[in-house]
Amino acid sequence: MIEMQDVFKKYPNGVTAINGIDVRINQGEFVYVVGPSGAGKSTFIKMMYREEVPTSGTITMNGVNVAKIKNKKVPIFRRNLGVVFQDFKLLPMKTVYENVAFALEVIEAQPKFIKKRVMEVLDLVNLKHKARMLPTELSGGEQQRVSIARSIVNSPKVVIADEPTGNLDPETSWEIMNIFEEINNRGTTIVMATHNREIVNTIKHRVIAIEAGKIARDEQRGDYGYEN
Amino acid sequence: MKIRTLGRHARESFKSIWRNGWMTFASVSAVTVTLILVGVFFVIMMNLNKVAQTIEEDVQIRVHIDVAANDEDQQKLKAEIEKLPEVQSVKFSSKEQELEELIKSMGEDGQAFKLFEQDNPLNDVFIVKTKNPQDTMEAAKDIGKLEYVTKAVYGKGTVEKLFNFIKASRNVGIVLIAGLFFTAIFLISNTIKITIIARRREIKIMRLVGATNNFIRWPFFLEGLWLGILGSILPIILLAIAYYHAYDYLAPKLMGNFIQILPYNPFMYQVSGILLLMGGLIGVWGSVMSVRKFLKV
Repeated sequence: MIEMQDVFKKYPNGVTAINGIDVRINQGEFVYVVGPSGAGKSTFIKMMYREEVPTSGTITMNGVNVAKIKNKKVPIFRRNLGVVFQDFKLLPMKTVYENVAFALEVIEAQPKFIKKRVMEVLDLVNLKHKARMLPTELSGGEQQRVSIARSIVNSPKVVIADEPTGNLDPETSWEIMNIFEEINNRGTTIVMATHNREIVNTIKHRVIAIEAGKIARDEQRGDYGYEN
Repeated sequence: MKIRTLGRHARESFKSIWRNGWMTFASVSAVTVTLILVGVFFVIMMNLNKVAQTIEEDVQIRVHIDVAANDEDQQKLKAEIEKLPEVQSVKFSSKEQELEELIKSMGEDGQAFKLFEQDNPLNDVFIVKTKNPQDTMEAAKDIGKLEYVTKAVYGKGTVEKLFNFIKASRNVGIVLIAGLFFTAIFLISNTIKITIIARRREIKIMRLVGATNNFIRWPFFLEGLWLGILGSILPIILLAIAYYHAYDYLAPKLMGNFIQILPYNPFMYQVSGILLLMGGLIGVWGSVMSVRKFLKV
């Protein structure tokens, strides 16, 4: 469960990105975060995986107050959630297999378990046959699938995705969405910032619209609601 | 940390050396070039030092004993000289021995002095060595004041000049080596830094995926160590070969002048050890310092 209470975020340059947000996301939900560029979507998402710290207010993820986590403990906190980025953020010198395995190596999992589990998730994203390739040898869609595989290999309760289809063509975007659906069906919470109107309007889920740092709209099975 | 994880870090560091190809090459070359310079300089300095030491050790004070002194007086004088804090040893040389040596040292011409064997004009002599060659002048002055000493000779001007020269060249050498050492550290760590800056995105991603700073640091630490060690191999081989030939060529020639240079064994093994250690340390230092900058995400 994710809960934000009275959250503000003001950057050192004076810009107020988040201007008082209260929200609660239950375990197993699928939530789209939408809104115009510069409205605070990215900050909202980044605060969840503690890339940004709120200026005031509390953010609770699975019972942990995210704002209070010390810098040193941040990596350990992140092991309990998966994060997917628009630019994939894969390790360029590592193969597909190694990229996914890395998330398990950091928790010092048994080598046997790592092998089995990595192959399982690569199978889920349909990339088992490209396990030995480097990210640069893959298409954008394939790279994003690797990134998703990495985000779920730890079996996290929450997956956070920041515009995961932003760099992909429409057809590939649907493929990616199918994988997220599959993950969500297994009980994982998904919070996804997106600009993709078609996806939001087709695969219906809860929609949180952020405008000028505030929640402008919060609807179950909502619409995208903006002209692209 | 589990042993298994350490093994994983070691594997990662080897893979990374291989995969970073040209960057590895750049770092290793930087280490190689600077260590060759440091190594050559170090070998020259150590040998100059050794030569200086041999010359210094040959410096002695010749104490001429007054002919008026009888055996007892001589024994007393010897005891007094031995009491001086700077003095290491006192050896007696009779005037007959002195004359013999003089005749010997002059070769053919020396035969003319044989005439003096009947009526030897030389003095009995104490040959005094000091514990520290630098104390020679001080000791000679003190001895000169004692009773029954006609003079205490140590080759005044020459020895003083020699000592000044040795002192100056040692200081210059130390400054040069220190300068070279810091240049080496700077050059190598900068090269390594550049290779790591190229990988700062990688470090950031690792943190995003849940790697602790230590987990990220270890492979870089080991990689720096391997880079340093790899970089020191060529300088060690080159120096070892060069010194082997230089020693073969120079040692017999210098021997004629009673100058010794450091023998190949154990000197070259010591130099190799020092270069290996330096390479390793600089490699580790360079990579750890560079990674540290990016771990404050």
